[in-house]
Amino acid sequence: MPHFLRTLRAIALILIMVPCAPRARAAEQTLDLVKQRGKLECGVSPIAPGFSYLDDQGTRQGFDVDLCRAIAAAILGKPDKVEFALLESNLKFEALRSGRVDLLSAQTTWTFTRDRDFGFDFGPIVFHDSQAIMVRLNLGVKTAQELSGATVCLLPSSTSQQNLEDYFRTHALKYQAVLFENSDEWRNAFFAGRCDAISSDRSAILSVRIMASDPSQYVVLPESISDEPLAPVVRQNDSNWKDLVSWVIYALLMAEKKGITAQNAESLRNSPDPEIRRLLGSDDQFGKMLSLPNDWALSAIKAVGNYGEMFDRHFGPASSMPLERGLNRLWVNGGIMYAPPFR
Amino acid sequence: MYIRDSRFRAIAYQTIVLAVVALAAIAIYRSTIAGLAARGIPLGFDFLDKPAGFVLEQSIIPFKATDTYGRALLVGLANTLLVSLASLVAATLFGFAIGAFLVSDHPILRGLARVYVETLRGVPLLLWLFFWYALLLYQLPPANQAWEIAPNVFASKDGVIFPSILWTYKLGGVALSVILGLVLGMLFTRRSKRRRWLPALSVLASLLIALAVFQPDLVFELPTKGRFRIAGGSRLTAEFLALFAGLSLSASAIIAEVVRAGILAVPTSQRDASMALGLNSWQTLVFVILPQASRLIAPPLASIYLSLVKSSSLALAIGYPDLVMVANTAMNQTGHAVECTAIYLATFLLISLLIALLMRNLERDLK
Repeated sequence: MPHFLRTLRAIALILIMVPCAPRARAAEQTLDLVKQRGKLECGVSPIAPGFSYLDDQGTRQGFDVDLCRAIAAAILGKPDKVEFALLESNLKFEALRSGRVDLLSAQTTWTFTRDRDFGFDFGPIVFHDSQAIMVRLNLGVKTAQELSGATVCLLPSSTSQQNLEDYFRTHALKYQAVLFENSDEWRNAFFAGRCDAISSDRSAILSVRIMASDPSQYVVLPESISDEPLAPVVRQNDSNWKDLVSWVIYALLMAEKKGITAQNAESLRNSPDPEIRRLLGSDDQFGKMLSLPNDWALSAIKAVGNYGEMFDRHFGPASSMPLERGLNRLWVNGGIMYAPPFR
Repeated sequence: MYIRDSRFRAIAYQTIVLAVVALAAIAIYRSTIAGLAARGIPLGFDFLDKPAGFVLEQSIIPFKATDTYGRALLVGLANTLLVSLASLVAATLFGFAIGAFLVSDHPILRGLARVYVETLRGVPLLLWLFFWYALLLYQLPPANQAWEIAPNVFASKDGVIFPSILWTYKLGGVALSVILGLVLGMLFTRRSKRRRWLPALSVLASLLIALAVFQPDLVFELPTKGRFRIAGGSRLTAEFLALFAGLSLSASAIIAEVVRAGILAVPTSQRDASMALGLNSWQTLVFVILPQASRLIAPPLASIYLSLVKSSSLALAIGYPDLVMVANTAMNQTGHAVECTAIYLATFLLISLLIALLMRNLERDLK
């Protein structure tokens, strides 16, 4: 056979194979992937005091980070079987969509568009936040109503830009926005005096204030201009995975209600309370129903403690970023955090 | 046999290569669509008609939050073109001047030009942008204590604010006439090489006629101090100025080197001959050396222009709302990542092709 024809045949074979190139599977099974890999890939914020930060020993700590550890412990038995991907807010959705991470635990506000149009599903709300505005003290501004004509530094890849626009339009106030893709530049521009005000989630704004060289030079205005329910995010149409993420969070909430802590969890396996026994895997087969070991919730609680312990560790009075617990208290304590029954 | 025919073989090979490329593109397209469909993400450009719900600080096209994402992208494109064009002109002017200094006989001038070139091209552009931006933000006063650097011209962290001319339909008429005059003049010049002065004349004539016909009166909007910042007037934001400085200075250093190379490539006998004719060194450079060097300078200059326009997308690092930044914002708010990326890829490709075409024409004209 002439050389030319052989080449032609080889190329023809390649051409036939091209349309058969791998395509995305119809229904993904993230849980199987995580088990196969032996590690959870979790997307968190690079720098967000309280939520995701490095401690003195250089270990990643934080509320969002602990959530990843709890889920890793529930699936794989150990809280350190997790790999953290540090994602700026403009990249996090693509990282989840492309399969780079298994879930986002990165202060993401749950909105209609993100749930429907982005191809994501949201787990239960883990933190009720609201949007706040901070200004320089020497401007003498007391309320957001006085901000007409001000310049505001914003992160475009968050909900805060549209919320601020809605708020200022509703109150017929004018303003100018300067947008930054990167949160470092955003903070630095504000500290350098590029903007009169800076706006984002209240927790994020408080953490910006902490990072200032002199926090007393800045005031957070009293107004809450929007509700910001923060929740973990997973890819759409993978309900086993979404169930798992949700029930790990519910287990941490239930643990707080039932008084189960990281310390006493092991001993409470023999508790007479049937719901505690079901939760900790002494009775029934709840783990199996999630395709997990039966002590899944026990591992999670032992790893990070219950929801209240987690909150206190990162936002309690002794933490580097003390926050009012407010709405994030259990409903029995006057908040709105609530877990469905383990039955 | 056809296979023995080299012309047939050439055509066959090219067809096969083309088919492979086309099929690969189709495969990528299909797997993207399938991947998005599997995750329930709709694909389409409908989101461009939805209200954007955000404001943009620097825009030469009027824009408010109730306008659509499509218009926001248009504002982004206008901003990209504005900063690219301004930087391109400034970089060319600086570049040619510094390039001439680089081959100057004065050792001090030559040394300074060398330092300029090496400093600017030796540091990544992104770092220069951060530097210029920080310099502006830390050196200029806060917005409510702006310096009046000239009557009614203010400078602060908020940028440079100057009186703007209020746009009237009469001014629009004048502008249109001038553009018409330029186009007509260029159309007639293309046919002959001798009437090079024609465009200038027709622009001048149409300007004078339009001024006489419309008799526009200039109304200025003066900047006025507010509680936080200066309102009214036109403004060049600190982000624009930092980006403009970064792009134009860095590109000018590279242009200077290309100009130097072009000048050195002209045989020294040309220089000797022109000196012998009694031209001084300035005249020699402008009338003898540069016209010959420009043929050598034009091709690399096109590449520098292209890279300047593409580098303008670094804007997002310092918060200048260029096309990429606005597209990223739209992407994050609507989730239409594939469409937004496609839009800015296609737009940059189009701008680049346009510049390449213009520079090819210029090269042909120089021959």
